[in-house]
Amino acid sequence: MKDMGRMLLGRDPFEELVIGNTAIARGMVESGVRVVTSYPGSPTPEIAEAIRSMPAAERPMYFEFSTNEKVATEVAFGAALNGRLSVVFFKSVGLNVAADSFVQLPLHDIPGGMVVILGDDPGANSSQNEQDNRHYARMSYCPLFEPAGASEAYHMFKKAAALAQELRTVVMVRLTTHVCHAKEKVSFDSWVPAPGDAGPRFDPDSTNYIPLAATVFPMKRRALERLATIEARLPALGLDTLIDHGNPDRGIIVAGLPFASVMDVLDERVPGSHSPDVLKLGSVYPLDGAAVRAFLESHAEVKIIEELDPIIEADVKALAYDSGLRCHIIGKQNVDEAMGEYTPGKARAILCATWPDLFPPADTAPPAPALPSRPPQMCPGCGHRSAFYAIKKALAPTDITVADIGCHTLGSLEPYLMGRVLLSMGHSTSTASGLSLYNDSRRVVCFLGDSTFFHAGLPGIINAVYNGHRVLLVIMQNGTTAMTGHQDHPGSGRNFSAETEKISIRAALEGLGVSNIREVDAYQQATLTAMTKAALDEPGFKVIIASHPCMLKFTREARRKPGWAARMVEIRQNGCERIHECVERFACPTFQRADDGTVTTHPDLCIGDGSCRQTCPVGAIVPEGAQGADAKAARSAP
Amino acid sequence: MSRPFNIYLCGVGGQGIGLLSELLSRAADHAGLAVHGCDTHGLAQRGGMVTSHLRLGPARSPLVPDGQADLVVALERTEALRAAHDMLRHSGTLVWYDAAWQALDVRLGRHRAIIEDDVRAAASAKGAAAWRVYRDDLPDSRMQNVAIVAEILRQGLIPGLERAHVESALADLMGGAALEANLALLSR
Repeated sequence: MKDMGRMLLGRDPFEELVIGNTAIARGMVESGVRVVTSYPGSPTPEIAEAIRSMPAAERPMYFEFSTNEKVATEVAFGAALNGRLSVVFFKSVGLNVAADSFVQLPLHDIPGGMVVILGDDPGANSSQNEQDNRHYARMSYCPLFEPAGASEAYHMFKKAAALAQELRTVVMVRLTTHVCHAKEKVSFDSWVPAPGDAGPRFDPDSTNYIPLAATVFPMKRRALERLATIEARLPALGLDTLIDHGNPDRGIIVAGLPFASVMDVLDERVPGSHSPDVLKLGSVYPLDGAAVRAFLESHAEVKIIEELDPIIEADVKALAYDSGLRCHIIGKQNVDEAMGEYTPGKARAILCATWPDLFPPADTAPPAPALPSRPPQMCPGCGHRSAFYAIKKALAPTDITVADIGCHTLGSLEPYLMGRVLLSMGHSTSTASGLSLYNDSRRVVCFLGDSTFFHAGLPGIINAVYNGHRVLLVIMQNGTTAMTGHQDHPGSGRNFSAETEKISIRAALEGLGVSNIREVDAYQQATLTAMTKAALDEPGFKVIIASHPCMLKFTREARRKPGWAARMVEIRQNGCERIHECVERFACPTFQRADDGTVTTHPDLCIGDGSCRQTCPVGAIVPEGAQGADAKAARSAP
Repeated sequence: MSRPFNIYLCGVGGQGIGLLSELLSRAADHAGLAVHGCDTHGLAQRGGMVTSHLRLGPARSPLVPDGQADLVVALERTEALRAAHDMLRHSGTLVWYDAAWQALDVRLGRHRAIIEDDVRAAASAKGAAAWRVYRDDLPDSRMQNVAIVAEILRQGLIPGLERAHVESALADLMGGAALEANLALLSR
């Protein structure tokens, strides 16, 4: 069995099939990164998994999952102030959380150097939007590099780290979902461990670190001048690539993963046609103005193929205007070109629309029939399902429910429809507070996960206590950060490296002055329904903590223990009255429905937790083996 | 190889698509083929559709274009049908493990259950070969992914891929009893 961790710490050059996130982790080792922080969020958590795979005693860096992205950024910044090369990584929308501190970073002199790795999500594969974080580069004067695959991610990270270290600043490396997860064989260099660190180097006497009134301006000037320095260094850094087919008419400017799509699509040209030249940008901010100018000068027409927002487009057009260039620059033609991931198919459609003569007509596939959709859903045994099912029974149809981010967001989907509005991590209590104003007729309930409670939930809760909002908050506690792959959090009893004292949510709430707190195991559905009914009619701010361990994690761990035996429930067919409460309203995915209305449980899916049994009005859901052999034979065959 | 051999893998979160994809990509690497691939991670893992793309030979993008999969490998019946419509190339090949995990619309009574013949008809409409895999002797449903690899090898569905390559890939990924059980399944 290959040991990924040992491989990532190898001293000799090696080749390995890895995803972008893993390649970046090796880049950190080779670059001498000493401190890495993060808050988990797709598409980046596998960077932490790669770091975790390195044997702890030999791991050359400190790692932590911080409580949120802003905190993670600040921890990395503090370490870099002391001279440690540091990295912080998080998902796209994580930068919004970090922004208050992040935008300050380029103003400072950072002796250790710092790299911010972004996992942007064009296509909104696992995010609440597909925001284009390249905007932040311009806003904060922070250089931003953008790789197109795993191998480039590794090389660009190392260049970004070296540059940040040398210029005592911060550099962003922007990955996107399918760069983080793109798998290819990467050739890694050797690793020569650096000698031990010098002592803490923070020196506020030699450099000002307090941007306040007039002292802001020398800091801003330094940041702006540094951008010019970096632009001058770009040719030597070799981040951009020119693919020159000697075409005087047509050129393409592209960056990131769309480059791979464009190159594949250009292979499908009409035979004998002249391929456009391609300028692939590695540094998106600042642009290498000289290289872009030369490209514009040597082509009559240039199409900019740019995923999401027209950022390169605006810069290139400005540059052409300032230089008086007559090149016809073709940017985005419609709203669709600003939406979604630039897959090979999308890149082909855009290039066909730009230069129809270049490609043979595409085959038009017959329209596919509508198939049953398969949205993500809560796992078998999930405590959130029990909680939503029980809480829904306590609510009037007019009551308002507010969702938050985590696995429990899935309660907003059918058939539960619990949580009808979603903004961001931790928004639920405050949005609910607003919904409660001038509202005496519709009660307001909001949901919040335990990791999100610590991440960004606290200020909204404190506000609800302080300003006396009449809201019921249900904390859905499963003991882990489940949605992103079961990372620990302050309430789970472990951090990345060691056992810790659990931070009690109840104690935290009590400390904040919340007096109306109830606790229940989420499987105790009747109790939870009764609690919800009671709490809803009480004044002020109320909290119910509905707990049950994440059953995906629990079952995975249980399977590894000796003596584990699979168990399941089954439907007593001679007792079932086809009321369909189990399959339609509790809706655990284990329940399978035949076209004649018969319901069975699925042996691949059922974990035998029994949380469904209380939902059957006629008690027909029983532990496997509790009925005769006849009924058992009727159990579903896949 | 003038164009890549495109493989599209799909199933439902929890079925082991990630391991299947890692196994096939490593096996292809052992076979000396250039590999580009990409999994879907994150939200999709919670009982939703999970897909993975694998391109062998000269490709740059890790994503298989729609309707361009030479081989669709599906671990579940409805997802096999979906991929046959959306991803399978004309005259391609579909191999599916015939587990049926009903989609939400079926469980809510809004759509009839998908049957084996639906999958065969969709493949046939594209002039594609369809191979069904189902075994009732698996000790653990999580071995369905290796059972389908055994069929891929038996039918020679990935050019250049041989049993020894898959065995080496398995040995890269696991050891001990799990490795033995999966090697045994591969040769049954």
